[in-house]
Amino acid sequence: MNSHTITRPKAALSKALLSKAPLTNTPLSRAPLADRTPRAAFGQIVRNEARLAWRLPAGLIFGAGVPLLLLIIFGELPSFHQPQPSLGGLALFPVYVPIIISFVIAILGLIALPAPLVSYRDQGILRRLSTTPVPPSWVLAAQLVVQFCITMTSLLIVIIVSIAAFGLDVPKNPGALALAIVLSIAALFAIGLSIAAAARSGTAARAIGAGAFYPLLFFAGMWLPQPLMPGVLQGISKFTPLGASVTAVQDSMQGQFPPALPLLVLTGYAVVFGFAARRIFRWE
Amino acid sequence: MKTQAAVEIAHLRKTYGDVVAVEDLSLSIAPGEIFGILGPNGAGKTTTAECVLGLRSPDAGSIRVLGLDPGRDREELHLVVGAQLQQSALPAKLKVGEILAEYQSFYREPADVGELIEGLGLAGKVKDYYRSLSGGQRQRLSIALALIGRPKVAVLDEMTSGLDPQARRDTWNLIEGVRDRGVTILLVTHFMEEAERLCDRVALIDAGQLTALDSPAGLAARARGGKTVRFVPSAPFDDHLLTALPGVRTVQRSGSRVIVNGTGELVNAVILTLAAAGVTAHDMELYSSTLEDAFVKLTGRHLHEEGIPA
Repeated sequence: MNSHTITRPKAALSKALLSKAPLTNTPLSRAPLADRTPRAAFGQIVRNEARLAWRLPAGLIFGAGVPLLLLIIFGELPSFHQPQPSLGGLALFPVYVPIIISFVIAILGLIALPAPLVSYRDQGILRRLSTTPVPPSWVLAAQLVVQFCITMTSLLIVIIVSIAAFGLDVPKNPGALALAIVLSIAALFAIGLSIAAAARSGTAARAIGAGAFYPLLFFAGMWLPQPLMPGVLQGISKFTPLGASVTAVQDSMQGQFPPALPLLVLTGYAVVFGFAARRIFRWE
Repeated sequence: MKTQAAVEIAHLRKTYGDVVAVEDLSLSIAPGEIFGILGPNGAGKTTTAECVLGLRSPDAGSIRVLGLDPGRDREELHLVVGAQLQQSALPAKLKVGEILAEYQSFYREPADVGELIEGLGLAGKVKDYYRSLSGGQRQRLSIALALIGRPKVAVLDEMTSGLDPQARRDTWNLIEGVRDRGVTILLVTHFMEEAERLCDRVALIDAGQLTALDSPAGLAARARGGKTVRFVPSAPFDDHLLTALPGVRTVQRSGSRVIVNGTGELVNAVILTLAAAGVTAHDMELYSSTLEDAFVKLTGRHLHEEGIPA
């Protein structure tokens, strides 16, 4: 009818849409879905989530920068390197390394992980994804991958700097240490996902995350290491996620396989909060 | 053999608590059609679109999109249906090109990104952050994402709201180009002009119910039964000359002008009758009643009345 009035943009778009096979109403192939959604899609999502973590670097600053700074300050204090009878002959520095490790895991799991997920839900990004062949859960999985990588990198730097610059003994049971760290990450990330599931806004998620962070960090021994806590607090600490994490990490650094209790406590938090998050997470 | 409808909605009903959003809505959209759902805020337009996309499940009734059930065959549906939703943002600190690359990777045979964004006037924006885009640019990016999987059906919800008139016209050109490729388009809108310009058929929806379903011109004709002719006669004549004509409904005078309302071949009838009486009609103008007239007539309300949010 008015084909000669086609505007340039229109022509370009037509070309774009024609560039592959012509659009026909052929019936859908019944191939399994996994064959039809390119596997590259997950990689693309992870890449963009990683870019966002880099461009909105609060998580990197508080999850990697601040703990490293704390470590260096503690490491530079001569008093932190003197053996303390009240700590069973350990110096304060090796006592604080597991506490800083739990600091890293808690900041990234409780605050950096849930905040973007909640704002994606808030802004309709997850809903927008619900209209594509890719389920919105892939974004959640991508966040887990990105935050896990940031956590592991930050922990590796903390441990290497502790050994190389401040004379921490090389962990005597690296396998047990890895297990303790992975279980700690699982527990704290599961709690973080529950926060993402329950919070109604990004602001609320950050408030809940920070509200959980400080008391948990107290029981990790940030202000009073576990061995110096009064008996009641020590008893509570054993059953908190970060208290259990510090015990398990400390024991494996000293060469022992950690006792069952902290490992079970961490596994329990991971399972209970993981299921809770799964049950209550809303995609819109 | 009967051609399968692209979208088939039968007796759709959706309530939110006590509020009935959509009540017994049935319509059928043919392949290759641009089908408009027009109605005031809160009429149930968006709810209908969301049910078609599988984002909401109907309380009653059934929906088929290319033979797929949006509730059951959600994943297959999203391979062949593209969506542009109201109020859906994208991460502020991602660049346009990064967002497009991500969405492109979701599909097996996606559209070419370069050509797509050139067509949408976003070619210079690939390296810009989403948050630096204007409202109109965000809207166009959203349309690009709806089309990037080369869908067979595109559902576009208020695609030109927030666009300036020029951008709106450019977008209309684009949508016509997409339709020319055989894509079926379900267009949710409250812009009259948009529906008149683009749609093959329009469903007028009010308070969750189908009020009328016809071509834009057909709806307009239904509203006032037709056309109005205005002219300045070269000499005086008796109104009875015209009121006696079968298609003429009313004849009014306004100063030197004569205003005739009626149906059918009104212009020819008026000119021939006057000519026979030795009168020439100068400055003749013809008005057709609009979709807006149709809406007011059929629902007793104006489209742009502020109401409950959609």
